[in-house]
Amino acid sequence: MSDNEFAIIGKPLPKVDALGKVTGETKYADDLFLPRMLYAKLLGCHYPHARLKHISAARAEALPGVVAVITGADLPVKYGILPSSQDETGLSGDKGRFVGDPIAAVAAVDEETAERALELIEVEYAPLPAYLSIEEALTKGGEPVHDYGDQGNIHKLVSLEFGDPETGLAQADYVREDAFFYQGNTHLPMEQHAALAQYTADGKLTLWSSTQTPHYVHRALSRTLGLPLSRIRVIATPVGGGFGGKSDPFGHEIAVAKLAMITGRPVKITLTREEVFYAHRGRHPVLMWVKTGVRKDGAITAMHFKTFLDGGAYGSYGVASTYYTGALQTVTYKIPAYKFEGLRLFTNKPPCGPKRGHGTPQPRFALEIQLDKIAEALGLSPVDIRRKFLVDENSYTVNHLRITSCALGECIDKAAAASGFLQKHRKLPFGKGVGLACSSYLTGAGLPIYWNNMPHTSVQIKIDRGGGVTVLCGETDIGQGSDSVLAYTVAEVLGVNVSDIQLVTSDTDLTPIDLGSYSSRVTFMMGNAAIEAAQKLRKLILEATAEKLELPADALTARGNRIYNVDNERQSLSFAEAVQIAEAKHGALGAMGSYTPPKLARPFRGSGVGPSPAYSYSACVAQVDVDPETGEVKVVKVWIAHDCGRAINPLLVQGQTEGSVYMGLGEALMEEQEFRRNQHKIPSMLEYKSPTTLETPEIETIIVERPDPGGPFGAKEAGQGPLLPVPPAVANAVYDAVGVRIDEIPITPDKVLKALGYKAEGKEPRVGPKGVPAFEFPDPIHVEPHPQAPRL
Amino acid sequence: MKQLIHLRVNGEKHEVWTSVHKTLLEVLREDLQLTGVKHGCELGECGTCTVLVDGEPVLSCLALPIEVQDREILTVEGLAQQGRPHPLQTAFAELGAAQCGYCTPGILVTAKALLDHNPNPTRDAIREALAGNLCRCTGYTKILQAVELAAERMRVQAPAARYER
Repeated sequence: MSDNEFAIIGKPLPKVDALGKVTGETKYADDLFLPRMLYAKLLGCHYPHARLKHISAARAEALPGVVAVITGADLPVKYGILPSSQDETGLSGDKGRFVGDPIAAVAAVDEETAERALELIEVEYAPLPAYLSIEEALTKGGEPVHDYGDQGNIHKLVSLEFGDPETGLAQADYVREDAFFYQGNTHLPMEQHAALAQYTADGKLTLWSSTQTPHYVHRALSRTLGLPLSRIRVIATPVGGGFGGKSDPFGHEIAVAKLAMITGRPVKITLTREEVFYAHRGRHPVLMWVKTGVRKDGAITAMHFKTFLDGGAYGSYGVASTYYTGALQTVTYKIPAYKFEGLRLFTNKPPCGPKRGHGTPQPRFALEIQLDKIAEALGLSPVDIRRKFLVDENSYTVNHLRITSCALGECIDKAAAASGFLQKHRKLPFGKGVGLACSSYLTGAGLPIYWNNMPHTSVQIKIDRGGGVTVLCGETDIGQGSDSVLAYTVAEVLGVNVSDIQLVTSDTDLTPIDLGSYSSRVTFMMGNAAIEAAQKLRKLILEATAEKLELPADALTARGNRIYNVDNERQSLSFAEAVQIAEAKHGALGAMGSYTPPKLARPFRGSGVGPSPAYSYSACVAQVDVDPETGEVKVVKVWIAHDCGRAINPLLVQGQTEGSVYMGLGEALMEEQEFRRNQHKIPSMLEYKSPTTLETPEIETIIVERPDPGGPFGAKEAGQGPLLPVPPAVANAVYDAVGVRIDEIPITPDKVLKALGYKAEGKEPRVGPKGVPAFEFPDPIHVEPHPQAPRL
Repeated sequence: MKQLIHLRVNGEKHEVWTSVHKTLLEVLREDLQLTGVKHGCELGECGTCTVLVDGEPVLSCLALPIEVQDREILTVEGLAQQGRPHPLQTAFAELGAAQCGYCTPGILVTAKALLDHNPNPTRDAIREALAGNLCRCTGYTKILQAVELAAERMRVQAPAARYER
């Protein structure tokens, strides 16, 4: 590809919103103030699990400055992000399901008054048995957390079998079983969730909110408040960090909307940092068991995977999360037979949901460590055991996932070469080590969250007579740069400067629907929709220009704000001139484009989770120093090669990759949601440890470009996938350094020391779960492998 | 209880009649509408609300306005001069060092304090100076690079700037 193929795509341009962000101009949700605005505060449940026998707000309402108090009785309609899990209400009315579960809300003239009023709300609780772990939720008797689900506290139970794993295991030369645990952790966005609601005299409600999914908030508000969608406007303000944590409609959004309707005044809420920990929707803690059979050369003959998810108190995206812990094992290496059994449990903790990588970093951690163990047992190199058995491009997996492009081989080669992996592996002095791991992730979910046949995204473009281009799309920039990608894409196709593009985004009144910033879908889907819309207008403009210049339209191109003859650049019009001629010829210039993914689901239950129009691939090498005296693991450097199809802007791809590696390191080494005496142990940013500049090592990003046939300019995702290989690469590096296996994250010094102690005593040098609960999964749904899947 | 507080912010004098218990963060954001100052915890843990007081980084969520009366307070809004961005702001924008941008104001002023004291910091010195500012988006890499780029440009431009106007 020459540098001149594109004017804008592939160039390291600043983001379109960069100057607003560095000058402090950008207005986040809590930066909005309206006249007569009230401030809202939430009362959280004091028990992990308790029936709410009686709530009296009389004393709170009597406090001067308090304008309204609402409880669960005011918001009885259930909602939930997934149609199958409508188990939340704006405020909980029947019972509280975790310490901090919001049960009442106050609107007052200032925050102090609202806080004082919370103390005056009288709540009579009837405590119920609490379930704080996978084990307790499975075995402890008593009233379950919810009265729906697959049985007791089991929210979702999955059992699927593709091909013939029994035969596959029987044909293996080597079979191993391992158990792993991936601790839960949270997004910790720097911006606390905030929302501002206004209900005007014409009966219309507007909500500004720091949300990744304004379309789903729009639907949840309509459902819970009984207002038609046409009378609700949701505007997603620039999001100060999401990572999946602002993808659910939240109770506080519904509560401030209700308070605004009751009081007739604008009402704002900003969660405290402690409340952000309770809002959560973070990484599920997952206990896993994997049995894999391989031939002597490392070829996988079959895999059997079991996952137990600790879901927390509500459904959230949990059904999808459960399927995701079993879906993407098959998209990296050839697996001819596969069985997956998974279950998600309700527990009395803040609800888990989608965090960067949604349900897939946990099984990837298990799979990549187990491969490292298998390679060692068979005397194979960690590179070869992966490199030799990669999935084929343009193929299908045993569980019917369609693979289009895959440059994982090139990723492995480049990460290994850059890091000197083969020269270092098992050759560095004691205390130093390297580890390799690979992964793959979705580029957008193939199916919408609620069943429908409509596009997943749409883009509208209108062009004014001065040559200004206005682009409207419901997409939501959460810092990943989706606004910039929208502008670059349209500018490239129309041949204008990025600075001539005006964006109107994430506003349900003004912008066509985009489903939201989740599942790494925006660049791929919105990009395709933007290209379609821009190409329609390009055609009209070139046609009109061709007529004027008396040339055939296909002799012309649009670039650098000009329309010109490719063979004679002097025959040209400025973009603005061309637009005026086109408007005279065609009428007002406007166009829409949309994107609907190809139908990839198959006729078996659960096949909706996993399909994606394309998969990204990553290979990661981590180098660590392990101090055998303290057990401390210091990551020296991370090399990561990521196949993003095409980098629309390499600067943004690097940024997403570096951020993913950082977040993966936090999960690998220190981050965890811990609970003590039925409550969150550490709901603060100081005690919830996350990496600072001092712990974050040098990160070398290698962008691998192999354009995907379906992607906009060939692009796939970069925002989530590069997190996945990081925790297992670190764990494998720790083993290389000191010869101990830490089969659970975070890999904290105490675990390393404990394992080194076992090693010194001649015991198995390993810290990790002993196994998984003896749970009898139902007979699996048997699915014949896809005919183009790898065979035994 | 309210009190009249005298503040000097970004070179401007302000008299603010406000509750004595309000933090500097709250007064800057709510009374002076300087919403470029952000907050991530309001407990002094994340560095997001950092402003400069007499050139030194201070967590505005832990400071009381009365403590900083008549001292020079600088927020992100005061970094640009006559509409011209500070070299740190330009470098952060060019290199993609601001993703969601929420931690950026606190990091920018902290970096300014560093460069004012040490125009040629090593990468470790930058890491040390920014160790109290959490960022969840960038993995810090582009932030460190942007501070280095700004420092380099400021060293080159500094002598020339003296003769401007």
